[in-house]
Amino acid sequence: MSNIPADLRYAKSHEWVRAESDGSVTVGITDYAQNSLGDITYVQVPKVGATYKAGDVFGVVESVKAASDLYLPVAGIVLAVNAALESAPETVNRAPYTEGWMLRLKPVDAAAAGALLDAAAYEKVAG
Amino acid sequence: MSELKRTPLRDFHAAHGGRLVDFAGWEMPVQYRSILEEHKAVRRAAGLFDVSHMGEVDVRGPEAAKFLNHLVTNDIAKLFPGRVLYSPMCYPDGGVVDDLLVYMRGIDDYFLCINAGNIEKDLAWIRGQAAAFQVTITDRCADYALLAVQGPRAAAIVQSLSGAKLGLVKYYHFTEATVAGIHCLASRTGYTGEDGFELYHAAGDAVALATAVLEAGQPHGLELAGLGARDSLRLEAGYPLYGHEITAEISPLTAGLGWTVKLDKGVDFVGRAALVAEKERGGARKVVFFKTGDRRIVRADTPVIDAAGATVGRVLSGTLSPILNEAIGSALVATAAAAQPLLVDIRGTKLNLQLVKPPFVELKKTSA
Repeated sequence: MSNIPADLRYAKSHEWVRAESDGSVTVGITDYAQNSLGDITYVQVPKVGATYKAGDVFGVVESVKAASDLYLPVAGIVLAVNAALESAPETVNRAPYTEGWMLRLKPVDAAAAGALLDAAAYEKVAG
Repeated sequence: MSELKRTPLRDFHAAHGGRLVDFAGWEMPVQYRSILEEHKAVRRAAGLFDVSHMGEVDVRGPEAAKFLNHLVTNDIAKLFPGRVLYSPMCYPDGGVVDDLLVYMRGIDDYFLCINAGNIEKDLAWIRGQAAAFQVTITDRCADYALLAVQGPRAAAIVQSLSGAKLGLVKYYHFTEATVAGIHCLASRTGYTGEDGFELYHAAGDAVALATAVLEAGQPHGLELAGLGARDSLRLEAGYPLYGHEITAEISPLTAGLGWTVKLDKGVDFVGRAALVAEKERGGARKVVFFKTGDRRIVRADTPVIDAAGATVGRVLSGTLSPILNEAIGSALVATAAAAQPLLVDIRGTKLNLQLVKPPFVELKKTSA
């Protein structure tokens, strides 16, 4: 069974979004996604300051099995990226919702994250 | 789609968390816990692999040796009872039908291990070639299961389950032995580059043997290992995989397996004329092994380009070496281009291929 925390929002493409208290959002991939990919060997994240529209490809996650694009669920400007993933991409397998986060974003629309799937709705996608 | 074939251990794998996938028409575990961790466990301690999908064939009769020396490129005359030989078998044009292990059990009594994906093709080919010889070919695929115990602790683990003096069985030798009370053909061979045994046994004994090896091995650090780790281990060791480094279009000479092609063994084996011609004129293409210094995996079929961007070959196998922590692989490239810088373009990033003579890591496969 995959772990789907109730306090996060989700995209059908298996990214999660957490609304932080300072108005930023943190983005990563779900437990279901890391489990489907298997051993993650490489994570390509964007540069700080890059701007994206909702649905844009922001990076790539590679496993032994395949390389998959990462899609940004909300539009915004990149505030920070998880540089530790460069040398330790397997962190995403071990802790997809915590240490395995991928980027922090200043969203264009502060309410955008709230419009994504909640845990119950995502469970139907990843069930 | 036809139903997937199952080994006797299919339910054992499922019960132990194996992730079952379609491999060459077989429902096989690609991994249990993690491909990378299983790979490292085999290099550090030991791994237990179910390779019961591999095919077994008896070759018996007064002309068994003569027939086999016609069939394969290596020299069967080097065998004696208890000795194993690795060899390709080729088409008349030098392309590879399959690569196999030949076991000599006795005079006129040989045993072959062939690749799972090639069983039907191989049996038809072998029977066709055998027509002119006094030899009986028997398909034993359904009778045997095969477990591979591989890694620096493998021999100690198997020995702990057997009264036979397995230490006397050197690399590429075999013996009949009882392991965990089960009659086995214990072969000191493998596909990981590590020391270890491959245990051929009756299909009905597979669950009992796997259970016993797992239990005896766990205190040594043995882990169940799937086909994902098997593939990364063999690539790190520089071993060819049929369908990748050797195919009907890639001869053993092109693949760098010249040591298995005995042109002067005194027998006009299948493919000899073509292989002599290839050796004389020099192959137009060659298989090379590479690393990149980068973690991005260079996957099969990725074009290989030269400094000017012209395509000069393609990648045959690619993975991440869990030991080197960088991408490794093999490629088929134009011989003329192989001395110049070779590159691949991975999602817009050009990476240089650093050619390596395998193995990629230090191996200690030879038994004392």
